Amino acid sequence: MDVSQYLEIFIDETREHLQNLNEQLLILEKEPENEDTINEIFRAAHSLKGMAGTMGYKRMQRLTHDMENVFSEIRNGRMTAGASLVDILFRGLDALENYLDNIISTQDEGRNDNQDIIDGLQRILEAGLGTAEEKQEEKAGADGRKATASLTLAEHELAAALKAKSDGENVFEITVYIEEGCILKAARAFLVFKALEDAGDVIKSLPEVQDIEDEKFDFEFSIVLLTMKSLEEIRAIIMSVSEIRDTVIVPANLTAPAPVQAQPAPAAPKEQAAPAPTGGAGTAAAAAEQPHPQEQAAAQKKEQPKAAAKNTAKQVVNRSVRVDIEKLDDLMNLVSELIIAKNGLVSMSDTESKSTRDGNFNEQIEYLERITTSLHQSVMKVRMVPIESVVNRFPRMIRDLSKKLGKKMELFMTGEDTELDRTVIDEIGDPLMHLLRNAADHGLEQNAERVRLGKPESGSIFLDAYQEGNNVVIEVRDDGAGIDVEKIKQKALAKGTITPEQAEAMTDKELIDLLFRPSFSTAEVISDVSGRGVGLDVVKTKIETLGGSIETKTALGEGSNFIIRLPLTLAIIQALMVELGSEKYAIPLNSIETIEDVPLSDVKYVQNKEVINLRGSVVPLIHLDQVLDVEPKEEKPESLTVVIVKKGDRLAGLIVDNLIGQLEIVIKSIGKYINNSKLISGATILGDGEIALILDVNVLV
Amino acid sequence: MEEKKNEELEAKQYIVVKLGNEQYGIDIQYVDNIVRMQRVTRVPKAQSYFRGVINIRGEIIPVMSLRLKFGLEPDEFRGPTRILIIKIEPQAAIGMIVDEVKEVITLGADSIDKVSSSNDERSTYLSGIGKQPDGLVSLLNVPSVVVEKEAAV
Repeated sequence: MDVSQYLEIFIDETREHLQNLNEQLLILEKEPENEDTINEIFRAAHSLKGMAGTMGYKRMQRLTHDMENVFSEIRNGRMTAGASLVDILFRGLDALENYLDNIISTQDEGRNDNQDIIDGLQRILEAGLGTAEEKQEEKAGADGRKATASLTLAEHELAAALKAKSDGENVFEITVYIEEGCILKAARAFLVFKALEDAGDVIKSLPEVQDIEDEKFDFEFSIVLLTMKSLEEIRAIIMSVSEIRDTVIVPANLTAPAPVQAQPAPAAPKEQAAPAPTGGAGTAAAAAEQPHPQEQAAAQKKEQPKAAAKNTAKQVVNRSVRVDIEKLDDLMNLVSELIIAKNGLVSMSDTESKSTRDGNFNEQIEYLERITTSLHQSVMKVRMVPIESVVNRFPRMIRDLSKKLGKKMELFMTGEDTELDRTVIDEIGDPLMHLLRNAADHGLEQNAERVRLGKPESGSIFLDAYQEGNNVVIEVRDDGAGIDVEKIKQKALAKGTITPEQAEAMTDKELIDLLFRPSFSTAEVISDVSGRGVGLDVVKTKIETLGGSIETKTALGEGSNFIIRLPLTLAIIQALMVELGSEKYAIPLNSIETIEDVPLSDVKYVQNKEVINLRGSVVPLIHLDQVLDVEPKEEKPESLTVVIVKKGDRLAGLIVDNLIGQLEIVIKSIGKYINNSKLISGATILGDGEIALILDVNVLV
Repeated sequence: MEEKKNEELEAKQYIVVKLGNEQYGIDIQYVDNIVRMQRVTRVPKAQSYFRGVINIRGEIIPVMSLRLKFGLEPDEFRGPTRILIIKIEPQAAIGMIVDEVKEVITLGADSIDKVSSSNDERSTYLSGIGKQPDGLVSLLNVPSVVVEKEAAV
């Protein structure tokens, strides 16, 4: 079956399931008894297994299968989610993510079996349960079958069998035949299992237990049993169950199966190990259905050309956005309206006389304008993605960091539903991750230190996202030690970044800004989490290329707060057009507070700088014509037109010659060759083809 | 090595432009378009030799003055003044203002002299001197003209 057409869906859904598993597992770690969570986990794992199986990703299927077994045990209350279990489950999720990454880039799941994780899961299954628990043993058996396709014993099972043998136990291969008229064969099989569990340990069964329970077998099944009892006693036990036609018991051949990885072909040792008539259908089917879990040279050879061909076509899956069907309907409606508007214009030019045309023309233009505005908004909405898709991996990351750093900490997130443009979402993950790592590693003190300071032992990290005007603000906050400004100063002096004179004159804010310089780190110990000093400057650059800004607030001993401001959309903005001399400039509307008409007499001087008193707050004035080297006007006007802009909580007044009006503009780059000291963030083309430059208020203020 | 020789032997086409009394040749492979002088929007605080930006079919392209770059008299925009749109990389175009575009010539490797590697700043902008019946043409090393050198600022 060609399943490649489902690949994109598979990837999307796998991502969702993995994310869901990550989240639920985190909850489970905190509340091991939470039944809803366990059920949810089980469901997700189960769907994941099914999907991987359908798509033919065997390794992925196998790993999820083993994980599912563990979940199933937890669900049935036979195991609790201890720390080591959760750890290995998380590792399993990581491995699954690796498979997924491989699939995205090559359409192939890769060659890593993640045997260590599977073994770990098996060990937990075996060790974590009571010996008399039939389920556990059955599960172990089922896993073993998965691994080797038949009654061939997997490595650990073989080891267990050999050990049992050396302890004087018998190892039997038992094939049970149920009477063909039996109605409840699953129940009979269950009774046999039950009886055998009492007599010894079932380490393997064929078909697997789940299938037996679901009656997915003919009238026979096979078991490997470790027991102190003799062959005849076992036979008696089995035959005591009613509706059993016959049973064949032979001592198992423990020498034949080679270690799992080196096994040359699954079929051969199976026949040696299971000389008993295991019933053609079941075994053959199993062998056919499972040509490999352990990759064989032959199979590899067969697959390699395929894989190589795939590799040439890098990144086989396109980036996609899932779009709400309603949003698409909106778009379709708008496009129909656009066509109607066009037709209106066409018919007008054909039929009407010149006098009536002018009035109607304006009407049509207005109509067209309404449609294009709505169209723009709709398209933008389609591009908007909730920030959740980025931040939902952070709780997991903080959990891992907490273990790694040996600090107790917790992440609190709000506003995950805040929406941002897809391009921003794709880029913002790394900077945020960096800030969180910083907070965890440098921000929060060691637990003992926190207790000494009278803080709660467990540190808190906050990630808050919310919309503010045309911006989205993301705050990364911690209740840790805060930034030691004095330490930065010393470090900067020691490194020669600043001179002692400069150090004296610098404000705390300016000193903190030093942190954003390349290769500047105050961490005394470089850990593998952070501290190499290649961090914050990269964060800052990244955020600035996204058209955003980052601000730091800190209080020594109370914590620090990094505030990121990002524009909602990148390509199109609302701007105020202003005139300076004969030149036109655009000021993004989202940074404008108000526009004021200020009489010259109201301009005051503070420290030789021009300021105005704007309803109680002192606002410095910036002569845009001087900053931008525009030819100054001859005559002095009696009042100034001042555009009040804000950056964070700072205000400034930009003096302009004239206001033109508000306009929706498309931002274009002015190219990389031209230096503009960052004053100009881009340019836009006006209706008449003229270019207007867009001022970057963040640099001006 | 062999390849390089072949490349040199191959004749290349150059667009000959005039700046004042001098003739310059620009390798035709870099030239995307030639447009008439049009309104240039000044960009504040840009390098002195940048005139500003222009709008070519919705694309915004920075424009430099070769005269200013080479330290000649500032341009006087007249009828024959043209802007050559140069594309070194697909996504980054740049315009160069020249006094006049004269012709397209084909020069083989044998009719190109190497420039002496003096320390003169302007000589780094040249890749060679082309010999023509009606005079010499300085061949521009286009990438070095376009790409800013720290020392040249």
